[in-house]
Amino acid sequence: MIGCFFMGQLFGYKNNLSTILISLLSIILYICINYNKSMSLAIQLKNVSKHFGDFVAVNDLSFEVQQGDIYGFLGPNGSGKSTTLRMIMGLIKNTKGEINLFGKSLNLNRSNILREVGCIIEKPDFYNYLTALENLQLFARANQLNFKKTDFEQLLERVGLLGREKDKVKTYSHGMKQRLGLAQVLIHNPSLIILDEPNTGLDPQGIIDLRNLILSLNKEEGKTILFSSHILSEVQEMCTSMIVINKGKTIAQGKVAELLSHEKIHVKLEVIEVDKTIQLINQSNWKELFDKMEENVFVMNMSKDKIPALVSFLTLSGVSIERIDYRNQLEEYFLKITNQ
Amino acid sequence: MKEFIAILKNEIIKTIKRPRSFIGFGIIAFICLMLQSAFYHDGKEILSFVTGQLENVFNVEGKVLNGNLICFIVLQTLIVQMPLLVALVTGDLVSGETANGTIRFLLTRPASRTKIVLAKWIAGLFYTLLLLIVLGFFALFVSHWIFGDGDLMALNSEGLTIISADDIIWRWGYAFLIAFLSLSVVATLANMLSCIMDNSITPIVSVMAIIIVFTIIGMFDLPSFDLIKPFLFTTHMISWKSLFEDPIPFHDIWFSIAVLIIHIVLFISISIFYFNRKDINS
Repeated sequence: MIGCFFMGQLFGYKNNLSTILISLLSIILYICINYNKSMSLAIQLKNVSKHFGDFVAVNDLSFEVQQGDIYGFLGPNGSGKSTTLRMIMGLIKNTKGEINLFGKSLNLNRSNILREVGCIIEKPDFYNYLTALENLQLFARANQLNFKKTDFEQLLERVGLLGREKDKVKTYSHGMKQRLGLAQVLIHNPSLIILDEPNTGLDPQGIIDLRNLILSLNKEEGKTILFSSHILSEVQEMCTSMIVINKGKTIAQGKVAELLSHEKIHVKLEVIEVDKTIQLINQSNWKELFDKMEENVFVMNMSKDKIPALVSFLTLSGVSIERIDYRNQLEEYFLKITNQ
Repeated sequence: MKEFIAILKNEIIKTIKRPRSFIGFGIIAFICLMLQSAFYHDGKEILSFVTGQLENVFNVEGKVLNGNLICFIVLQTLIVQMPLLVALVTGDLVSGETANGTIRFLLTRPASRTKIVLAKWIAGLFYTLLLLIVLGFFALFVSHWIFGDGDLMALNSEGLTIISADDIIWRWGYAFLIAFLSLSVVATLANMLSCIMDNSITPIVSVMAIIIVFTIIGMFDLPSFDLIKPFLFTTHMISWKSLFEDPIPFHDIWFSIAVLIIHIVLFISISIFYFNRKDINS
């Protein structure tokens, strides 16, 4: 803005009126750019803290979630994840800082904002003495939706509970409650979905179904998803960006690919020809990446993208590789930064 | 307003469908039928003992053991239990959801916390009204069906009052309204404690403890207690009985109504104030 003002002077707008006009235009431009930026953000936390007496649960936390992102929210147990998610949903009042959703202050626009948000915080809880359908009818009414029977059926089919809707929720397994929780999240077609450990209690098929559902909600319907999970392979596979917090503080944040691009992982190669492999590695540049050896297993400390080159080097040199194993890159990264 | 009606409807549905809600209805029906059965078999002997003494002075005519007397006795008996039955459900309306975690669902929807507390409070009052309707049905209608109509011999603090059967229906109507107001104070107190506490049992026990302490204070004629007695809601919970005195002390009744309403306003205001500031950690 100030730059534009001086540009006016520089380009010879000696007339005061011209200078004022250019300055005004600059101010408008500045406001528009910032407005557009804030509107493109689904979630924005600025220096948010939460104190419970002397205990600081969240300490000066700032992050932004772009609309259309699948954003991973990671941290060990007790790191302040749930407290942060509760503050975003207005369940807990922040002690300091600012929380904006869709460019609007949560404190000032709570009702309008929450119409656009669906969430499962901690675990999905329901009225156990009611059936799944009765629970959904309550949720639909609370969201002022005029749902017909077919609408409920479509929703239940989407989460894989069609046919069980007349059963009381107290008869449901944890996995089924998670599915019903997803139905509750999706019932009002929100543009932002917040999921706290959504795959807890799901069977393998349930985890795959959930992953596909999240990806389809994001890709096909453009929904923004903030998602916390301890299954880090899921986060790595699905999320575009992420934040890692510990003891209420940010310890890493950014694009998942960028954060992990320079990260090395421990790759375990189980080979048949042990002596030949030792010789080959010692005589090549791969020696620098060699970490240790456990019987016929070679542990290499390297980035994931180098695995194909190593495999082709060894196989072309006549080494038979029985097994390649490596820990998920995000798991390695997470353990490294949270244990620091 | 549309939003408030929607959440109120939800609250009423939840209150009615909870198994706990039916305990109150069941207990009222059981106690009423038990008392009616006892009076049906042994009532004449009990009453002849009372009226026998009166017959030395007065000429007692007509049917003394009638529906009105039974209703009066049932109401006096149940006034002790009714607050417990009301607190059993209303003391759990907010804290029960906090303990179960369903409060998270309620508070992450667009409706404000004030609307949620008010909806829950009204649902609690609706349940209290239902309890009184069930009580009225069993105590008044079933008693009349079994014992028939007749003049009421009401024993009050002022002595024995005989109220004509033709002059009694409106008194029952107002008595039930004042009883509803009294129980509404209990429901509002329970709702307030339910907003403050995070488990289901403590608000219910606390309501009963408060009622017991206030009632004990009301029982003693000590100068230090006399100062606070008129302002305790428990003092006014039996003001419905004043409608069966002759002449009716309307001034006292209006004072009781005012004290009860002030308690309701105070309790619901505290509920709203506290609940709006509460962190939901469950």
